[in-house]
Amino acid sequence: MLYNPPSPLEVKVLTRRFGLANSASLETYLANDGYVALRKALAMTPEQILEEMKASNLRGRGGAGFPTGMKWGFVPRNSSKPKYVVVNADESEPGTCKDRLLIENDPHQLIEGMLIAGLAVDAHVGYIYVRGEYRYLIEILECAIAEAYARGYLGRNILGGEFSFDAYVHTGAGAYECGEESALLESLEGKRGIPRIRPPFPAVAGLYQCPTVLNNVESYAAAPAILRDGGAAFAALGTPKNGGTRLYCLSGHVNKPGVYELPMGFNLLRMIEEVGGGVRGGKKLKAVIPGGSSCPVLKAEECDIAMDFDSLAKAKSMLGSGGVVVMDADTCMVRAAMRIMRFYAHESCGWCIPCREGTLWLKKILTRLEEGGGVASDIPLIGELSRNMLGRTFCPLGDAAAMPTIAFVEKFREEFEAHLKGGCQCPS
Amino acid sequence: MTLSAELEARFEKLLKSYPPGRERSAVVPMLLYAQDELGAVTAELVKEVARRTGITPLQVDEVVTYYSMLHRQPLGKHHIQVCTNISCLLSGGAELWGHACRKLGIGNKEVTADGQFSIEEVECIGACSWAPAVQVNYEFQHQMTPEKLDRLIESLRKAG
Repeated sequence: MLYNPPSPLEVKVLTRRFGLANSASLETYLANDGYVALRKALAMTPEQILEEMKASNLRGRGGAGFPTGMKWGFVPRNSSKPKYVVVNADESEPGTCKDRLLIENDPHQLIEGMLIAGLAVDAHVGYIYVRGEYRYLIEILECAIAEAYARGYLGRNILGGEFSFDAYVHTGAGAYECGEESALLESLEGKRGIPRIRPPFPAVAGLYQCPTVLNNVESYAAAPAILRDGGAAFAALGTPKNGGTRLYCLSGHVNKPGVYELPMGFNLLRMIEEVGGGVRGGKKLKAVIPGGSSCPVLKAEECDIAMDFDSLAKAKSMLGSGGVVVMDADTCMVRAAMRIMRFYAHESCGWCIPCREGTLWLKKILTRLEEGGGVASDIPLIGELSRNMLGRTFCPLGDAAAMPTIAFVEKFREEFEAHLKGGCQCPS
Repeated sequence: MTLSAELEARFEKLLKSYPPGRERSAVVPMLLYAQDELGAVTAELVKEVARRTGITPLQVDEVVTYYSMLHRQPLGKHHIQVCTNISCLLSGGAELWGHACRKLGIGNKEVTADGQFSIEEVECIGACSWAPAVQVNYEFQHQMTPEKLDRLIESLRKAG
């Protein structure tokens, strides 16, 4: 079901079947262009599929923004080992709630995307790793997979051809770290979710040390539209180097929070005003976290910006996973920074010392600052600790904790200083 | 260890989902599904999962201690999880959490004396655009308020 009304400004590509009656069923999927792309892909060579994916300018929707077609191209198709397709449905970046909708409303689109990836890299087995909290999605996926097997879209000799593919659902059990690709693979192998050192990357040595294509739900879900309408058509929806649409999750102090599919490069201020109905209560905008809690905060005056990977990188932030968290003028930025650090301290897997120790100490310092018990040296200490974490961990969790913290202090230093005077006296 | 027919079928399906020799992959799902039925990850369950997946009980224990949803002690019949992460925080999640604690008279991960309720302050559960969010067992509740939470607790109490 839909949890918020759609916006007239949306460009519905991945969400075009949302809201249809029984949108998760195979019947509805087939009646609305479902598995058309698969039929097309079955008649194509892997090179042709990769060309379409590259032409689409689709970039990884999990957060890193790496070109998906290029990533698929790294899988050594001639390897004698089995190859795997793994879907990252461990959505847990604070501010992000889109993959949940893609699975709930259109599971067959994801399955078709997996099949296209399987054809592109010569893989015959796929796993969908769903976070444990999303139990109801596992039921929806199992139902969709059973329907697909019954009608010959999965299993041996798909649609009477030579290609065979099996799909399975796997559940996590509560761990943000398992959304990181190498920790996800460890978890999928039945171990603690701790990251692996890279290289080798999963494309070469992934699940069971075999070549693996691993992408976010939304990346796979885009593949059917790309194959159906052509990579160039998908690319044209976005900006140069940032193809297509993406699902933005508007949350926080907006009048109409919700998940909206908009073209890549959509202006952030316009998103808040015209899609989100403006800041709640008519208050002034103070700041926006543009892509989930790992992304450095933008001050209101930095928000006249195109929401694509390159524009956000230029502004020293990230587009991340599409979680747009809006904060009004009354928001205490020390409290926001503290709560986000509490999250990273809780979720650090403990494998790399800079992250394990750094997040805990930052949590302690930010907590005492927030409560009014900080000392003046705490403010530079936050920066020093954070900078000592950057680039010194196996996975990006350490950076994800440090980067936004540095930005909070640099951009809202006066609020941290105000807290030294005791309690929350934030200038509003 | 004797398992229910449903759990036995679930285990069998899981073990067949991974390539031969890779049964260990089923450990996390097996533990979570079994916990749903048994109420907690018991020592007996750890041994059973180890036996079925061909690893040692210690290796299973290593997994149990890592994942936040796995727990050794039983929770309340209705486990109320309140998210207070950033998007929920901005929409009253922290106040909602405080209200839940006061209403039930228990703290984080504690169980009421009658075993009916337990509460937990959780990290982002993926309902940011419909904050503040609560999960009762696996059921999502969006745009919660203290009043809505009170009504929910009363209806769960009546249902028993």
